Amino acid sequence: MHELGIVFHMIDTLQEIAAQNELTAISKVNLRLGEVSGVLPDYLVDCWDWAKKRTDVLQEAVLEVEQVDAVTVCNDCGKTYPTVPQGKTCPHCQSPNTVLLHGLEIEIDTIEGC
Amino acid sequence: MDAIKVIQVKEDVRANNDRAADALRERLRDAGTLLINLMSSPGSGKTTLLSATLDRLSYELSIGVMEADVDSDVDAHTVASHGARAIQLHTGGMCHLDAAMTEQGLRNMGIEGLDLVFLENVGNLICPAEFDTGAGAKVMILSAPEGHDKPLKYPLMFEVSDLVIVSKMDVAPYFDFDLEELQKNVRMRNPNATILPLSAKTGEGMDAWCDWLRKAVKEWKV
Repeated sequence: MHELGIVFHMIDTLQEIAAQNELTAISKVNLRLGEVSGVLPDYLVDCWDWAKKRTDVLQEAVLEVEQVDAVTVCNDCGKTYPTVPQGKTCPHCQSPNTVLLHGLEIEIDTIEGC
Repeated sequence: MDAIKVIQVKEDVRANNDRAADALRERLRDAGTLLINLMSSPGSGKTTLLSATLDRLSYELSIGVMEADVDSDVDAHTVASHGARAIQLHTGGMCHLDAAMTEQGLRNMGIEGLDLVFLENVGNLICPAEFDTGAGAKVMILSAPEGHDKPLKYPLMFEVSDLVIVSKMDVAPYFDFDLEELQKNVRMRNPNATILPLSAKTGEGMDAWCDWLRKAVKEWKV
């Protein structure tokens, strides 16, 4: 259900880009998806395959999903670490003063079309 | 057949929504109407809290409520009976509201003369936190029975909220709810959040909540 909402946002953006670039058919969409974005790739592709058939410019469009690993940086020791196994606490200095660098992306990277 | 073109987009799918939300926030600022995005799990007591809030504030502030649910209009009728201009939004299965849906709701309800509008978002602690609705403030409600561990499980919701209301404090003793532990867990995610324990049923904490709202409305209109 959540993934379908994301797909609707994607389709709005893609329709705009197609119009700006005078594309009549988009054949491929490359999406960068953060590991902790809360979006499940399999569900996203299922929703995509359903929704694209209802969108003229996306009839034949294939969605390629590239995962972006979640990385957190520690504000105290300056080191980075993988977010998923460690969470908010820095494994190097145990500080809770950490910020997520990557992992929330739901980014349309490139599209192909004519 | 035309040659295939490759276009570098590099844009987050939420970027369009973020732009629409910023534009809506500006318009609401000009109109002097504070929109509060109220988020929580289903059953946290949003509608009960809003009804009790309206009973206390509707004589001094003009208040509108947009109730967003997957279906039904029971909540809109309830808050309307407590003196709010109310509208029910059906998300048609969508699990959160975005800026476009919010704007459509505001247009249908009409914000003229309103000091404060509550947007009662769809009950869930995940994606309502990710989508900017154009609100001037984000308030989340955690009810005591849900447990003090929720900031650990749904960190983003607690990170984005300006105010965390802990509702149903009257029943907290029956649920092994540890307020200090909750405060610690929220601070870890969001050191700037205000935390307000209350009970709409007994009235505990309601004065502090109403004062927070009065101040937020006043600051929004400056």
